[in-house]
Amino acid sequence: MSIQPKTFRTTPFSIAAWIWAASLVVAPLLYIVSISFLSRGPYGGVQSPLTLTNYTRMTDGSMALTLLLSLGRSVALAGFSTVLCIFVGFPLALFLVFRAGRWRNALFFLLIIPFWTNFLIRTYAWMVILSDNGWLNHVLEILGLGPQYLHWLFTPQAVLLGMFYNYLPYMAMSLYVSVEKLDTKLLEAAADLGAGPVRRFFQVTLPLSVPGLVAGSIMVFIPSLGEFVIPDILGGGTNLFVGNLLAQQFLTVRHWPFGSALSVILIILIGACLVALEKVTKGHSEDLIA
Amino acid sequence: MPNSAKKAAVLEVIGVTKQFRGKIAVDCVDLQVANGEFLSILGPSGCGKTTLLRLIGGLEKPDRGRLVLNGQDITNLSAHKRNVHTVFQRYALFPHMNVFDNVAFGLRCKKIHENETRSRVEEMLELANLKGQGHRAIHTLSGGEQQRIALVRALVNLPKLLLLDEPLGALDLKLRLQLQQELVAIQKRVKTTFVFVTHDQQEALNMSDRVAVMNQAKVEQIGTPNEIYEFPKTLFAASFVGGINRLDGVLRIDEGGRCICEVEGLGGFFVEPPTEYRQAGVKGLICLRPEKVTLFSRRPSTIENVVEGTIRSQSYLGTHTQFEVLIKNGGVISVFQQNTQKLAKKVFQVNDKVFMGWQASLSHFFSYQALK
Ligand SMILES: Nc1ncnc2c1ncn2[C@@H]1O[C@H](COP(=O)(O)OP(=O)(O)O)[C@@H](O)[C@H]1O
Ligand SMILES: [Mg+2]
Repeated sequence: MSIQPKTFRTTPFSIAAWIWAASLVVAPLLYIVSISFLSRGPYGGVQSPLTLTNYTRMTDGSMALTLLLSLGRSVALAGFSTVLCIFVGFPLALFLVFRAGRWRNALFFLLIIPFWTNFLIRTYAWMVILSDNGWLNHVLEILGLGPQYLHWLFTPQAVLLGMFYNYLPYMAMSLYVSVEKLDTKLLEAAADLGAGPVRRFFQVTLPLSVPGLVAGSIMVFIPSLGEFVIPDILGGGTNLFVGNLLAQQFLTVRHWPFGSALSVILIILIGACLVALEKVTKGHSEDLIA
Repeated sequence: MPNSAKKAAVLEVIGVTKQFRGKIAVDCVDLQVANGEFLSILGPSGCGKTTLLRLIGGLEKPDRGRLVLNGQDITNLSAHKRNVHTVFQRYALFPHMNVFDNVAFGLRCKKIHENETRSRVEEMLELANLKGQGHRAIHTLSGGEQQRIALVRALVNLPKLLLLDEPLGALDLKLRLQLQQELVAIQKRVKTTFVFVTHDQQEALNMSDRVAVMNQAKVEQIGTPNEIYEFPKTLFAASFVGGINRLDGVLRIDEGGRCICEVEGLGGFFVEPPTEYRQAGVKGLICLRPEKVTLFSRRPSTIENVVEGTIRSQSYLGTHTQFEVLIKNGGVISVFQQNTQKLAKKVFQVNDKVFMGWQASLSHFFSYQALK
């Protein structure tokens, strides 16, 4: 994935692209970085004395602990969500491509439909379903399992479920694109050479789906890392995630400079993750070629 | 008992039929493949060759009929359990594995010990002229190399039967001719039974022990290349394999009991039709191979069938000369004459009047009834 020099040619189109990137990506980033070195104003704004305290504050005792704990929770949640999305999304993509036949487009459509509803509404809907006297428990009661059988709302499992539900389509879609490109002749060749279904999956389908797997994981893992709405709504805000910490600084405490400093650290961590992933998959694809 | 084993059929295809959404792709095909033979399936594109091969390999399930491999019914055995391997039309090499792992794939499926795998794969790479190049990536191989790797990837598993689907189709002519030779040599060496699909009649004639001519989902004739060429059973077989000249006519029987085909505007020609059509009034075609006709400048008296014409064009091709001769009913007959003499000048000129003669036994007669 090397960028060819000609991409940088100054055609009107590429100038527009550069302006777009500069105003929508670079400028806000620079803004955040610069605020992170300022101080908090008396009414929540930012004011002039340049300072490093926003960063040094992260290293002292209780704040460092809170930060590390929330970061750990976020990474764990994002990791679990990604793994869960892979385990469900892969069979789903395989089913859509190989088994759905003429229902393929209709089913794919169904996968996307939830996105027409606002994200908050979808998440609150889960709250309604999962709460102690919610739909799920009603159904279970009708099935004879007793009143208020499950206590799911405000548990880590509910948070994971919400994350999974919201991010699955991204994973399924990028895997779908990869699996659809898979040449079925290769699967036939593998079968012809004596490979059963399991071996065909692990030796042909899986390795050739790595690009989709990587793309899907990036699309799930990175937004999950900063997620704070789902843990708030379905987790009851009992556990602090990095996203919550950030949102607090901006919305409740109104300490923008400290919030910005936290963002900068998070961005650096995500960037490091991406670089590492790029290294790993590049090594992998070089294995394919060399 | 090498002799009886030689005669034994490795594969029997019995009344196999396959339809795709009501369209027949393979229609009640019967086929017996003898141990160690090189059988070609020859037919035009779309006649069902690939489908027949996929049925044998287990990649399609027949609607009707049975498949028997080495005496064992394999009709319902899935592809990965059949001891039959395929060289696919566009090779289908695994792009994410190197040459070695591609060739080793089948052995690893069978859980052969890694040491044995390595030595067998190396042996095969040598056979493919790619000795010591197992580490190469598939996309760095040339077309011919990919073809050979596809071949040995299947061969390394010592299949009872090797299926090849137009394996030379994607190569240029020169490489094709070279690989035809190599393929036959390899087949003789490993003594594996080959079922080889092609739409190229030269390829089929020059490589095979036997040829099965396929047309519109049916096998029309099976025989040695000579039989197919010299004794075609159907008009399709006659015209698809080699060139033919055609003359339309109606049969009559003369006093001596011989069949004569009366062609409008040209007169009668002796023919030797199959017994069932040996009766007056049968309409049909005389088919005549260009090289079976002899050109004369004067009417020959000893040859039973003669037709007069005017040379329209000729091309000198070294080994033989090719003539296009205009005949009285407006048709054109092509004639190949061996250049057996050393002559500095052309024997015939364009617009020369010539006589073309042939013995009845060298021509074929196909009844129109049989074509229905
Ligand atoms: N999977 C399939 N679905 C529908 N039709 C098919 C399929 N495979 C082959 N056919 C049809 O069956 C006929 C024979 O095809 P094929 O066996 O590929 O011919 P050949 O290899 O001789 O060119 C063709 O008309 C083709 O369109
Ligand atoms: Mg074909």
